[in-house]
Amino acid sequence: MSADAHHMAGPVGHGGASAGHGHDPHAQSEGGHGTVQSYMTGFVLSVILTVIPFWLVMGNVLDNSLVTTLVILALGGVQMVVHVVYFLHMSTKSEGGWTFMALIFTITLVVIMLAGSVWVMYHLNHNMMPMDAHDVMNNAR
Amino acid sequence: MFANMDLQQLLFGRFTIEQIPYHEPILQATFAGVAVVGLTVLGVITYYRFWGPMWRDWITSIDHKKIGIMYCIFAMVMLLRGFADAILMRSQQAVAFGSEQGFLPPHHYDQIFTAHGMIMIFFVAMPFVTGLMNFAVPLQIGARDVAFPFLNNFSFWMTVAGGMLVMVSLFVGEFSRATWLAYPPLSGAAMSPGVGVDYYIWALQIAGIGTLLSGINLIATIVKMRAPGMTMMKLPIFVWSSLCTNILIVAAFPILTAVLAMLSLDRYVGTHFFTNDLGGNAMLYFNLIWIWGHPEVYILILPAFGVFSEITSTFCGKRLFGYTSMVYALVVITILAYLVWLHHFFTMGSGADVNSFFGITTMIISIPTGAKIFNWMFTMYRGRIRFEVPMLWVVAFIVTFVIGGMTGVLLAVPPADFVLHNSLFLIAHFHNVIIGGVLFGMFAGVTFWFPKAFGFKLDEFWGKMALGFWVTGFYVAFMPLYVLGLMGVTRRMQHFDDPSLQIWFVIAAIGAALIACGIASQIVMFVVSIRNRDKLRDLTGDPWGGRTLEWSTSSPPPDYNFAFTPVVHDSDAWWDMKNRGFDRPLKGYRPIHMPKNTATGAILAGLNFTFGIAMIWYVWWLAALTFLAIFVVAIAHTFNYKRDYYIPAEAVSRTEGQRTRELEMA
Repeated sequence: MSADAHHMAGPVGHGGASAGHGHDPHAQSEGGHGTVQSYMTGFVLSVILTVIPFWLVMGNVLDNSLVTTLVILALGGVQMVVHVVYFLHMSTKSEGGWTFMALIFTITLVVIMLAGSVWVMYHLNHNMMPMDAHDVMNNAR
Repeated sequence: MFANMDLQQLLFGRFTIEQIPYHEPILQATFAGVAVVGLTVLGVITYYRFWGPMWRDWITSIDHKKIGIMYCIFAMVMLLRGFADAILMRSQQAVAFGSEQGFLPPHHYDQIFTAHGMIMIFFVAMPFVTGLMNFAVPLQIGARDVAFPFLNNFSFWMTVAGGMLVMVSLFVGEFSRATWLAYPPLSGAAMSPGVGVDYYIWALQIAGIGTLLSGINLIATIVKMRAPGMTMMKLPIFVWSSLCTNILIVAAFPILTAVLAMLSLDRYVGTHFFTNDLGGNAMLYFNLIWIWGHPEVYILILPAFGVFSEITSTFCGKRLFGYTSMVYALVVITILAYLVWLHHFFTMGSGADVNSFFGITTMIISIPTGAKIFNWMFTMYRGRIRFEVPMLWVVAFIVTFVIGGMTGVLLAVPPADFVLHNSLFLIAHFHNVIIGGVLFGMFAGVTFWFPKAFGFKLDEFWGKMALGFWVTGFYVAFMPLYVLGLMGVTRRMQHFDDPSLQIWFVIAAIGAALIACGIASQIVMFVVSIRNRDKLRDLTGDPWGGRTLEWSTSSPPPDYNFAFTPVVHDSDAWWDMKNRGFDRPLKGYRPIHMPKNTATGAILAGLNFTFGIAMIWYVWWLAALTFLAIFVVAIAHTFNYKRDYYIPAEAVSRTEGQRTRELEMA
């Protein structure tokens, strides 16, 4: 890991950083670094988003454990967005929109793969698993 | 694992001297042949004192042009190996009928079809595609190298290391018999306890790192390093197809890595991802590997589409018809490629809902592909077509690929697929698109860019001979397989009982012999062209009347590609420059900042190769040692600050002065 950090600070600048070759890149758009204020906003938001789930569980705030689980999952999702926006500087404009497009593409593909696999394998199991007598009777009806 | 291990096991793992198949005559002959050829090559290199230049100018080179050329040479060498497997299979199937068992026993035949499929896809088609992209993309966008030149060298040597593992399996141990995608449970530890599947896994994992890194590299190059003025919609279409291909690579190859990692865990530490018992599910492997496998099909064909587009517009002297629709077709294919994977296993039993969804998406993806065919034909329509060798490959491609595409749409209909699944019809179909699409595209590309890479054209007569033999050979070899497939003959058979089928296999074997003549013609073509290079010399750098930026520089291009970064105003930038009376700047050169060669890529790949061997043979001490060494070398490389140098302005001026004289002579 120290190697990575070293790279960032290395003499050869932008563009060839990880291969270490200074080129003259034609597009000079930096990924953008946050201000102290934006880091603080992100930090406070993520702390709040972390504290709420602990409070929900430890204080037994909601009676229904299913609702608690769903709320925690939702907060986790918001937490991810906060990290990506404030710490990874994701915005629709960074790198000329390329990072945002890459993010959308990745999310699309991951959703296709996961949802598709679950769908395919669920139907496969439904059709191909050995049926017990109860199922056979249900199907016969 | 370590309980009762004697010294030999500790040192050599499960390797024993019996693992070298010296008792098999076919392998003896092969080994003798390889040894003779290998020693001759080593002798020639030593005789001409080529070791130094080879190390300095090629092996350690991080010049994208040289790496691209090495990728193509590697692909051609591996093509010979893969084709040798094909000839063995065709001749075995032509004779093994009734009481005649042929010359290949089943366990050997199974290794051969596995090796053939795996080598042709991963070590012929992939390096070819990557090689052409590496060579042409930076030149076409007016860049001086790729974004990460060292990474490029490393990617290449990792690919070679993977290929070498497959080659080693010929003479040490055995290769996988579990088909080119290593389907479990056959590829699991219970059914394939030997080293074969491990050779397969490690060859792919190591080469896969190279592929993934070169994908990232080329995306960064295309996104960040285009010449000023070259907006996305002014990119040459080959660059667009490369961008889409590399996006597919980056998104798809991690899946392959993950699936193979799970398979290795099953084999090495006894997990149950894909086994038959304890909750394992072999069908999940099919599902996952084809989520990688279908995009892989487009990874191979999209660059070929790009090559055909460039060649068609160049040799018709015309702007490509429907540039925008071509770009949108590429992008749509890039997305849709992830929505069709299940058509590879309609028969698995997911039922009508799932099958009809994937059948329909498969038919939809043929629409953008069809649109491209029309774009090429409309480009030819009323063009001044010059039927030189690259253009002839395009025509051969259009005819052949349309047939392959139509049989593909036929297979996309689930009820038809239930009849044709795993039959020779399928074999004929995918060879129809891979030979007729990818391979013809790569041959067209090599003929097209060869003068750019070496400064002289390829011999036209032998080029046409190669084309004629390949095209007729392809049809003679694979049309009988369509017939056999419709009769219900299945793939991967070492022996047949029904003598009435034999005639078709004999015809197919004749086709394979014709393809062998095609390959021989290509070898003759290279030899003849190199001997007549002075006659075939091109001094202009633009032998075909090109349209894109690579033709604006000399052939072969100088190390720095362009003395001045070109400014682009049009999608056919060089054509536009020529039409507007472009004057080559003759002074005002400045020092050019370039990356420096390094041996780290080759060393890392060598260590990875050794690591692979150690893992395959359970030589744990060596595996641990090499794994550690990989990290040490990689981290040590980050402390190497001498990575760049400047080509002084005087050197640039000398090179460009030479180019000026050549242009005057031409």
